[in-house]
Amino acid sequence: MTLLTLNRLTVTRGTCPVVDAATLTIGAGELVGLIGPNGAGKTSLMRGALGLLPHDGHSSLTAMPPQGRARHAAWLPQSREIAWPVAVETLVMLGRIPHLAAGQRPSEADRIAVADALATMDLTGFEARAATELSGGEQARVLIARALAQDTPLILADEPIAGLDPGHQIATMAAFAQLAQRGKALMVSLHDLGLAARHCTRLILMHKGRIHADGPPATVLTRENLAQVFGISAHMAQTADGLIFQPLEVLT
Amino acid sequence: MTRVLFPLLALITMALFMVSLLTGPAGFGLGESLSALVTGQGEAVTLVMREIRLPRAILAVMVGASLGLSGAALQGYLRNPLAEPGLIGVSGSAALGAVIAMQTGFAAAFALALPLSALAGAVIAVLLILMLAGPRGGSLTLILAGIAISALAGALMSLALNLSPNPFATAETVFWMMGSLADRSFSHLWLAAPFMALGWALLLTLGRGLDALTLGEDAAAALGIRLARLRLQLVLGVAACVGAATAVAGAIGFVGLVVPHLLRPIVGARPSVLLPASALGGAAMVLLTDIAVRLVLPERDLKLGVLMAIIGAPLFLHLIYKTRRAGA
Repeated sequence: MTLLTLNRLTVTRGTCPVVDAATLTIGAGELVGLIGPNGAGKTSLMRGALGLLPHDGHSSLTAMPPQGRARHAAWLPQSREIAWPVAVETLVMLGRIPHLAAGQRPSEADRIAVADALATMDLTGFEARAATELSGGEQARVLIARALAQDTPLILADEPIAGLDPGHQIATMAAFAQLAQRGKALMVSLHDLGLAARHCTRLILMHKGRIHADGPPATVLTRENLAQVFGISAHMAQTADGLIFQPLEVLT
Repeated sequence: MTRVLFPLLALITMALFMVSLLTGPAGFGLGESLSALVTGQGEAVTLVMREIRLPRAILAVMVGASLGLSGAALQGYLRNPLAEPGLIGVSGSAALGAVIAMQTGFAAAFALALPLSALAGAVIAVLLILMLAGPRGGSLTLILAGIAISALAGALMSLALNLSPNPFATAETVFWMMGSLADRSFSHLWLAAPFMALGWALLLTLGRGLDALTLGEDAAAALGIRLARLRLQLVLGVAACVGAATAVAGAIGFVGLVVPHLLRPIVGARPSVLLPASALGGAAMVLLTDIAVRLVLPERDLKLGVLMAIIGAPLFLHLIYKTRRAGA
């Protein structure tokens, strides 16, 4: 089942296209890693797809009404904003807003969704803590839990694991992979190519606003692509523990 | 905590409302005042209670609720605890409208000329803000547009006083700008009521959108919140509330700033709960100050806005000090 379709999506800043005619489809069961150097257009691609940036071309999400879109796709922005010292549970409950009718209070089902999301992100016991008093990595996990509580078929996340400790980075990617196995689709931008190679079912490599390569990790992280887009060399090996990817050095 | 807060705030507001009804230079007994208010027995007492003290107390509730609610809504939208209704330039422009009416003599043309001019000033400010901030702009453009309009309104007020040919009008203007609820009648109340009711309806329904904005504008938009509509609703609501409040009571600061700040920890910082709490809290604060004005210097006509600033500023400093200590 297709959950996201982009057809020649173009986002322009001034006269310069930061996303240039991006075409892709994402189906249920996929964990898509969106990779590329800084300024390649990863964030703009996702924000354009959600209709948060003015764009040309077609996105299946912008055709939906706002509440319908919010029930279909969750968005985790890169900036980790928590404006007020609200309790962790209250903050994660914000993810349930699209499921509530005007004036409706959260039901038992909403509370269960919040508890599940907190458990997935290893935050059980944090419910009553003020979200702003947590550490940066813990805040990042609370915000991921908020997106999970939205319980949408599609999740778009902008650098969700940046700043997490290794254990929680792996646990978060494993949780994403499990959600994909259960039939959701996720598009996750990230800079850790090792984790991307290991956990994603598919990688999309962006370069100067264009989709440079798209496919299974081993076919995207080729020597030529790495040299041309990132200017690095790397070691990659298929082992009994899965795909191992380690960047080596900068090419001059 | 929240479950106790609302009954408690309502109780405090009602108690202060009663005290306000019983406070004044005409020293009537408690039973005499209340029976006159309800039954209309005793000509002088009834007149004082029904035509002077009752509209004054009701106006204090309305003005306080409007200012507290506007402050909570603006702070929630801008995600800034320092935001207050004056920030978007509406109170300044309302005051400018009143000043022009007083300086030109239009204020004397008919009874409601002054508040109507103030309202016109508020409406013009809203139109200018919406034009300047544009249809898609975020919170930053709203603040900048508000500051520009506040500054312009302040400069034009100074100009009007500067060029004033009439020292009496100038003195009247200066006193009006200090803010007061003395000698207001039911005609003031009926003028302000529809605008304030409209403002309350617009602002009290913002709760869910303001909650979602805790996560930032991008995340809120992706949660299905229509930000452009939310902002329009906010600006119109604040303008109706603050414009009407300034029109009947003059410039009264600090309520919109201090009340939400004071109540935020008690409601768990949730913007949606803070809206009704700040409305009640604002009503209580203005009632209290308006009672104090009559008790501290009964014979000198102490102005409400002046006393509010004298109480509000140190209170605010204390809150900042407490916040800083908690953060350190």
